[in-house]
Amino acid sequence: MNAREQARGAPKHSPTVETLFRGVSLAAALLVLATLGAIIAMLVAGAWPVIEKFGFFRFLTSAEWNPVTETFGALTPIYGTLVTSAIAILIGLPVSFGIALFVTELCPVWLKRPVSTAIELLAAIPSIIYGMWGLFVFAPFFSENIQPLLTDTLGQLPVIGALFEGPPIGVSIFTAGIILAIMIIPFISSVMRDVFETVPRELRESAYGLGCTTWEVMWKVVLPVTRAGVVGAIMLGLGRALGETMAVTFVIGNSHELNIGLFWPGNSIASTIANEFTEADSEIHAASLIALGLVLFLITFIVLSLARLMLVRMAKTYGGKS
Amino acid sequence: MSLYARRKFVNAFNLTASVLTTLFGLFFLAWILWELFSKGFAGLDITLFTADTPGPGSEGGGLRNAIVGSLLITLTGILVGAPIGILSGIYLSEYGRGTWLAATVRFVSDILLSAPSIVIGVFVYMIMVAPLGGFSGISGAVALAIIALPVILRTTEDMMLLVPDTMREAAAALGAPRWKVILSVVLRAARSGVLTGVLLAVARIAGETAPLLFTALNNQFFSLDMTRPMANLPVTIFNFAMGPYENWHDLAWAGSLLITLVVLGLNIITRAFLRGKKH
Repeated sequence: MNAREQARGAPKHSPTVETLFRGVSLAAALLVLATLGAIIAMLVAGAWPVIEKFGFFRFLTSAEWNPVTETFGALTPIYGTLVTSAIAILIGLPVSFGIALFVTELCPVWLKRPVSTAIELLAAIPSIIYGMWGLFVFAPFFSENIQPLLTDTLGQLPVIGALFEGPPIGVSIFTAGIILAIMIIPFISSVMRDVFETVPRELRESAYGLGCTTWEVMWKVVLPVTRAGVVGAIMLGLGRALGETMAVTFVIGNSHELNIGLFWPGNSIASTIANEFTEADSEIHAASLIALGLVLFLITFIVLSLARLMLVRMAKTYGGKS
Repeated sequence: MSLYARRKFVNAFNLTASVLTTLFGLFFLAWILWELFSKGFAGLDITLFTADTPGPGSEGGGLRNAIVGSLLITLTGILVGAPIGILSGIYLSEYGRGTWLAATVRFVSDILLSAPSIVIGVFVYMIMVAPLGGFSGISGAVALAIIALPVILRTTEDMMLLVPDTMREAAAALGAPRWKVILSVVLRAARSGVLTGVLLAVARIAGETAPLLFTALNNQFFSLDMTRPMANLPVTIFNFAMGPYENWHDLAWAGSLLITLVVLGLNIITRAFLRGKKH
């Protein structure tokens, strides 16, 4: 039907179609909100038996996880999640900053796009591939080459030396942290690059005009100006690292023992759920896993909300994209 | 050392470090891809597509059931997620522009975009698998749809906002009602961008494993029944990699290579397109 026929045949205004279409698109948007609400509601409902039986606080602070006696405490997986993510940030943050610095300040124009695309492709690789590579390639390489080196150097130091011990089997909290670092580098560096590029040209050039070196422009001008955005980028990477499941499940070793040494196998919240959820026989075991899921969701929710708020604040100041 | 020399040294040192960190990142990309290709190509032959997954201890085998299952689950996930994503994207860019509700939806969608996918698996287990009494391909598809939704929403909104308002006003001035302006002018102009978002979502969910573990589960046999447990590539790779058999490991590598080729291929295509659109 062409426009003229339609103008003749159909009523000029079609309020029903208009109302319908508007209603459907509004419903779709509300469904997004409802999904988040439903996720939180279902997790709380599913975790309720645990809160009743152990109490939320005791569940969080107990390290005992025993399906036979039906005693469950979340401390080991929470510790594993936090420590692997901390390692990931400690390694990933300087590397991401270096990459963002290279791409925004040093890189010749023709190399910019290939380098950023290549780094971003690291983010596109599915996490199960990181898991395969981590288990079969990186873990053996790490335990043979890097772990002895770390044990012989950092492991000899007082106090922090205790962190660098454990059996040379390759699967460990530390290995999981390194793989998470590689996975979050593209997220952090691409957001950092975007916020660095929003800094007005005049600001950089006046700093260069005063005789600043490239590093000083970066460290003393660009970085302070983009602080909110950079924190947002780190939070975004942290959110990713906390919730990552498959790559961690492959290489963390899945042990419920709480160890301070980083080369011991451990567990994270996500890997515990992945390993045990289909095998949980008792109601309280399943509920404990759901409670773990709730804890993970709440932590990532807070971290990601902070990330978004920071990035929105950044975008408001400089009109860049959030 | 004079102040001047020290500043020059710090500068040179940090810039060198910056180049090295970039090489560090690229090195891992190259390393992962290298291992993937050299180990995956060994198992990449015709039986991969004609034979089903082997049971414990049996020889040979392929990934036919897993490949078909993955295609079905991913396709269904997109068919569920895309309409909702596109419609909500339309709401954000057209009806809800500048409203408090739209800002909230955008915020929540961005949270869902990075939410741990394992939790979404648990959620779908609770709302579908447990009430319906069993693992099924369709519940896996719903879990993937929840992951695809925010990706599609965000791209749709971005792409529709790129359409100049003068086009909307021109159409409205001709007497077209709002829905018609949106569907036949704005959405049509943003069509290829929206499609790109859908492809990006396919790339995102094609390799997702965690949400399928407790929804689609896995199946050793060929099946097209979406109401029953269904074989799929990611969970098969996970089980085979963790298993003790040599031929399982080879198949896991071949499956990983397949997924990576599809996902990286889609990513490179969509990226090239989105770049062209933004400048």
